[in-house]
Amino acid sequence: MPWDNDMSDVKHHLTEALLMSYAAGTLDEGYALVAASHISLCDACRAELQSYEAVGGSLMDDADAVHMSEDALEATMALIDAAPAVRPRVLKSDRVLPGPVQDYVGGDLSDVRWRAVGGGVRQAVLKTGDKSMARLLSIPAGAAMPDHSHGGLELTLVLKGAFRDEDGRFGPGDVEVATEHVHHTPIAEEGEDCICLAVTDAPLRFKGLIPRIAQPFIGI
Amino acid sequence: MLTTYATERPTKHAGGIGYGRRMISVRNETRVDMEEKVAANDNWVAMIGKVRDSKDRAAFAALFQHFAPRVKSFLMKSGASESLADECMQDVMVTLWTKAHLFDASRASASTWVFTIARNKKIDALRKMRRPEPEDLVWGPEAEPDAADVVTLRQESAKLTKAILELPQKQRELIERVYFGELSHSEIAKVTGLPLGTIKSRIRLALERLRHAMG
Ligand SMILES: [Zn+2]
Repeated sequence: MPWDNDMSDVKHHLTEALLMSYAAGTLDEGYALVAASHISLCDACRAELQSYEAVGGSLMDDADAVHMSEDALEATMALIDAAPAVRPRVLKSDRVLPGPVQDYVGGDLSDVRWRAVGGGVRQAVLKTGDKSMARLLSIPAGAAMPDHSHGGLELTLVLKGAFRDEDGRFGPGDVEVATEHVHHTPIAEEGEDCICLAVTDAPLRFKGLIPRIAQPFIGI
Repeated sequence: MLTTYATERPTKHAGGIGYGRRMISVRNETRVDMEEKVAANDNWVAMIGKVRDSKDRAAFAALFQHFAPRVKSFLMKSGASESLADECMQDVMVTLWTKAHLFDASRASASTWVFTIARNKKIDALRKMRRPEPEDLVWGPEAEPDAADVVTLRQESAKLTKAILELPQKQRELIERVYFGELSHSEIAKVTGLPLGTIKSRIRLALERLRHAMG
């Protein structure tokens, strides 16, 4: 299995605000996809999420009583008698993509339908129902991600390979959280193409189709 | 018998409180009895076990009487109309029945588990988006939850509940606004000081054991 399940070498995690919003069920779809994918790979964030869910449980437990219709239990039992059995999610054992991403792709990495965006970089847009914009990106080893601008929060989760930018090295399972004020230029490490899930709250605009290579600050 | 729901608990709110609007309950001097919370959770855990193992309808009725009004209240505070809240509440309780085998008492209290089901229905019904879900870690047939983890988690859960209910009112209201969907993730920085330390490490330990058991 390419994933070491408890990825204890994950170094860049979700923020408390993202985990709390995920627990509350208020994150935009694309960000929720990054959160669910990272949690699938990171037990530290899974434990933190579950503690935020415990907060929700405590609040709900203390909720004020509301009026219930008299036939509520009966009506629910009738639904139970008609309910189909729960089918577990089936994942390939030698997968590259975490389960939540597989749900959007409809398969694993080999099923992704890539489109070239220039400079050897490929992308595949994952369809979300709201304004958030989720894409898989494949950046050739040693190349930079195309220069782009984004309006608000950008989350980037590494799925394979690694990239570096001003904030350090990001390997499989790591999430980079970038606000609109951060100008960052991720560059894929040598040796392996870097595949990541990138989510913004508006479509990305590429400034040019030729990726810049080898920025001086990483010393290549 | 079911009409007793409305009087099941003394109402603590002090005026200006309504349902169906996004309103925050006003509470005075909430005292929480830890022992009582632990015993109540043990009871619900046992009931969920009976639903799982023997499709026990009496156990389900008891769970329904406790959780259904709370789920409905949560949904209405989150912006659902009464009829939508009723519909979703039924879905939540059906899920409790069909997914009883997925409940893991070493990682969540009964209330927490029901909350996550209610939260998911809320997203499905109110937000009309797809709902990305993490891969689940399910106990295999040979890997039962560690009994010591179950015991300590229920104590940590009761402590957390107590701490949350006893927060200063302003802070408590802020947290309710997060969970009822009134604060976006960029506004959450204002919410601080949640006492999550021990429960977090407890859940982490249970996860580590589970990973180990799954090999
Ligand atoms: Zn993490």
